[in-house]
Amino acid sequence: MKILVAVKQVAALDEDFEFRDDGRDVDPDFLIRDLNEWDDFSLEEAVKIKEASAEPTTVVAVSVGPGEVDEVLRKCLAKGADRAVRIWDDALEGSDPIAIARVLAAAAKREAPDLLFAGVQSSDQSHAATGIATAAFLDWPHAAVVSQLTFAPGAATAVFRRELEGGLLQEVEIRCPAVLTIQLGINTPRYASLRSIKQAAAKPIEVLSPADLGLGAADVGEKGSASRVRRMFVPDKGHAELIEGGATAQAARLAAIIREFKGTTP
Amino acid sequence: MSGILIIAEQRRGELRAPSLELITAAQPLRRPGDEVSIAILGKAPERHVSALSLAGADEIITGHTAAAEFDPDTFEAAVGALITQRRPDVVLVPHSVDSFGYAAALAVKLGLGFATDVYDIRRIDGELVATRGGYGQKVSVEVDFPGRSTVLLALRGSSFKAPEQSSAPRVTVFEAPPVAGRSQTRDFIELPATDDVDMTGAEFILTIGRGIGEEANVAQFRELADAIGATLGCSRPIADAGWLPKSRQVGQSGKTASACKLYIAMGVSGAIQHLAGMKHVSTIVAVNSDAGASIFGVAKYGIVGDIFEVAAELRRQFEGDAA
Repeated sequence: MKILVAVKQVAALDEDFEFRDDGRDVDPDFLIRDLNEWDDFSLEEAVKIKEASAEPTTVVAVSVGPGEVDEVLRKCLAKGADRAVRIWDDALEGSDPIAIARVLAAAAKREAPDLLFAGVQSSDQSHAATGIATAAFLDWPHAAVVSQLTFAPGAATAVFRRELEGGLLQEVEIRCPAVLTIQLGINTPRYASLRSIKQAAAKPIEVLSPADLGLGAADVGEKGSASRVRRMFVPDKGHAELIEGGATAQAARLAAIIREFKGTTP
Repeated sequence: MSGILIIAEQRRGELRAPSLELITAAQPLRRPGDEVSIAILGKAPERHVSALSLAGADEIITGHTAAAEFDPDTFEAAVGALITQRRPDVVLVPHSVDSFGYAAALAVKLGLGFATDVYDIRRIDGELVATRGGYGQKVSVEVDFPGRSTVLLALRGSSFKAPEQSSAPRVTVFEAPPVAGRSQTRDFIELPATDDVDMTGAEFILTIGRGIGEEANVAQFRELADAIGATLGCSRPIADAGWLPKSRQVGQSGKTASACKLYIAMGVSGAIQHLAGMKHVSTIVAVNSDAGASIFGVAKYGIVGDIFEVAAELRRQFEGDAA
């Protein structure tokens, strides 16, 4: 029994940042990297299933990215993943979620898991597409935005609830192997202990190239993508009137806004 | 390759509002002779024809499926068949929990150009260009689709206004291909009411987000809400952590602040899912220590500062007022 968890190293912007010379992305010097928040929950869900399982269960974390991604894979190992796989080649530069999904699907074929988890979306680019696109390359059953899951290892199906808009839940039964995208709040992700962090530092990370997975140059990067970034720019920030001054002055102005609202409301 | 195909959504017999916004989004994409067709799938899609008969739609396609409710295999087969038959230039779907479940798979299977969470679309020199957010909505990203004859776009809700005028589009009946569904809906479950708060009806809301730091800090904001006469709401991380009940969560998967007129957000960064539940409010005041927080993009007033200091000073301003 095996669960494959696709994880992403996301990037947040520094307070001040600059775009790359070609204007198509942010200069990487201004990016702060971490494990995608959603992926923390999908990893935890996999580890929970493993811990509750009577049969031997392996949790494998897989990520597409350059060497610095090892950092998030070590975090996954420290939080309970048994193995970590990283796939990279410079030809992957410029890949959109569809191209990344093609790579993840190739990795999934090699690993042959019973379930594949991915986060609903990434906190940086918010495509909400990679997991479900991976399912399409595999031709596996799939479901998005899973907020509760019941799965007994070895079972032919899994039962889960999807979190729909407005808090409505949809209960669904799905055939395995399947791809599920996992929503925030499905569990409470654990913190890694110092001991497990140390152990994780000593574990190997398997590094593969797309070629190792049978993919060619046209499968990845811009050629293998369904979209291409033309440019990035800072949007018009809206027109919020900034209330200046210290906290006392700011609170006084806010109090005036509240009192004005109350005065005009019956 | 011509025409624009819109895929509307319904759930338990109710048409989903973002579907109608796509009709407006489609209009500037029309080229001479292009038609805008809107498909609605389900067991009894005819019931939605009148609601979909809006200015800007030339055709309504009533697609009959075996499954009553959303199912990825059903949608991929039905929408896939429509695209294959009609070869539209552009396919528009709402960026929704249901489209999360099938749109990317369809793009893979049919080799479509594809982008999600799009809030602006235009043609530049005839080429389709879509704009979406990046890096937690702090930048805008323009994407194009070189070499793709059909492009599937999932559009962010409330980016376009639904047409107000009705019209009389022609109706085409479509029989969706049969599928051996690999997943089945068993039931729908409503969010249990954990307290008697009415976020939807509240006119004045004070919302707290991740910026409050820890559970012990909830109490002081609850007291502040009482003091200023606001209903206390929260963003997702606060509800997920169990610090406030889910019934107080504002946003896409929580409540919409439908009746709200004054919305004060403290320590809320402004994730797009949160904005979906409140960005329509006429007076939004954002208090956040991060001047770059997305919440300032929808706020009327912004306070860049320490939420605890501002909250404490505000509490002082209302001392002596009857709660």
